[in-house]
Amino acid sequence: MTIKGKAYIAGIYEHPTRHAPDKSTAQLHAEVARGAIEDAGLSKADIDGYFCAGDAPGGLMPMVDYLGLDMKKLRHIDSTDTGGCSYLIHLGHAAEAIAAGKCQVALVTLAGKPRTGAMPPRAAGAEADFETAYGQTTHNAYGMCAMRHMHDYGTTSEQLAWIKVAASHHAQYNPHAMLKEVVTVEDVLNSPMISDPLHRMDCCVVTDGGGAMIVTTPEIAKSLKKPLVRLIGHGEATKGPRGGKDLDLTYSAGIFSGPRAFEEAGVTPKDMKYASIYDSFTITVLMQLEDLGFCKKGEGGKFVADGNLISGTGKLPFNTDGGGLCSNHPVNRGGMTKILEAVRQLRGEAHPKVQVKNCDLAVAHGTGGLLGVRHAASTCILERV
Amino acid sequence: MAEAKKYPAPVGNPETAPFWEAARQGRFMIKRCTACGEPHYFPRSICPFCFSDKTVWEESSGEATIYTFSLMRKSPSGPYAIAYVTLKEGPSLQTNIVDCDMDKLKIGQKVKVVFKPTDGAPLPFFTPA
Repeated sequence: MTIKGKAYIAGIYEHPTRHAPDKSTAQLHAEVARGAIEDAGLSKADIDGYFCAGDAPGGLMPMVDYLGLDMKKLRHIDSTDTGGCSYLIHLGHAAEAIAAGKCQVALVTLAGKPRTGAMPPRAAGAEADFETAYGQTTHNAYGMCAMRHMHDYGTTSEQLAWIKVAASHHAQYNPHAMLKEVVTVEDVLNSPMISDPLHRMDCCVVTDGGGAMIVTTPEIAKSLKKPLVRLIGHGEATKGPRGGKDLDLTYSAGIFSGPRAFEEAGVTPKDMKYASIYDSFTITVLMQLEDLGFCKKGEGGKFVADGNLISGTGKLPFNTDGGGLCSNHPVNRGGMTKILEAVRQLRGEAHPKVQVKNCDLAVAHGTGGLLGVRHAASTCILERV
Repeated sequence: MAEAKKYPAPVGNPETAPFWEAARQGRFMIKRCTACGEPHYFPRSICPFCFSDKTVWEESSGEATIYTFSLMRKSPSGPYAIAYVTLKEGPSLQTNIVDCDMDKLKIGQKVKVVFKPTDGAPLPFFTPA
């Protein structure tokens, strides 16, 4: 059994907003749902599968009701929540459901407003009494990964800065990007230290907004007007301290999800023409590239340096929309936008200045939760047919 | 002297109550599985490695080395150092390095446990040895 080629991404939509104080979160979910349905050329009445994560107000049931999805039609639901990579996992699960005949037209939505106001805290796990007092934040959890990576492999702040520089080169062409200014390695190094060794420009933006996609059968996708993009491999995995044995913060669960996805697809990282890599922080990208096998563990710094991730000049064009570092990181969850830009690249709909020529194979990968603590990872291999 | 930072009291539960009772006596406990021999932290009833229920409490030496750390430069309660330390007994755990010159912290540095008061049981932290 495989999901290879059994599900197509037929509709995509990224909300143009980056700040939405005048809208509700449910409204943003509805707006991105409508956008993706329209992009596919379908109607709401066609939806028989629905996927959302922890950003949906009240969870899946209120969201289904608010959207007014047809209760006689809707027959597959999934509210898997693995933070920012939830939507990459949703894509894999939607393909499984479609391959098993459980649904034919799946809608996945993400939306929220962290820039307008504070997000509700996550429910505590069994570790709460043994961790929450220590002031764990996203910044310092990733900072601890970077610190150890530098210690073990000699990775430098300059190398990390190149990731932000590449993202900014792409963001200048995205009219919706929150940060459109091209920055230099020096700009990154001179930005204030937030949590050692991560500077402000090593961190992603905080934005309101959202995105959505439609996943469907090969038959339905082929009956529509959009260029055909299908999922040919998917992997998911988790990682955590697990009782504190053999702690190693220099790798992520991507080391497991990546090979699962590439093996299912029957391709290798070398075959990828484009990569969407979750960029909550620069260190996130560097570790993911190593974990997915674009370079050896510890050589990520060398791999990303000197503009190697810039479309048109580098060997591996990444996050050509500007990514979370410069364009958009809706609801502090970057997995959806990673898929959306990969689909644009495969359709040939990316900005001409960053469009990869003959882009027929791409990877969209992300992590969710905290890389330095507990997290999940998901890898999706996408192909233009 | 700055006012002592206020830390939240542990909530506790039947599974972890002995840890907090020991903490009140200044003892830092880990769990060890008598079936596979592996120690772990934070404490569980069932061993996270071999899944045996034959886990027992063991007092840790409280001696550890810094595995990694990050200095949070700004927060409502001021700068602080978050870290993972690796206990002499094996398990690594998340903590803060306290009562130290934060700019001199290094990976591999030796640290030892120190308890800080809360409105409930005291919490374990680590400080340069």
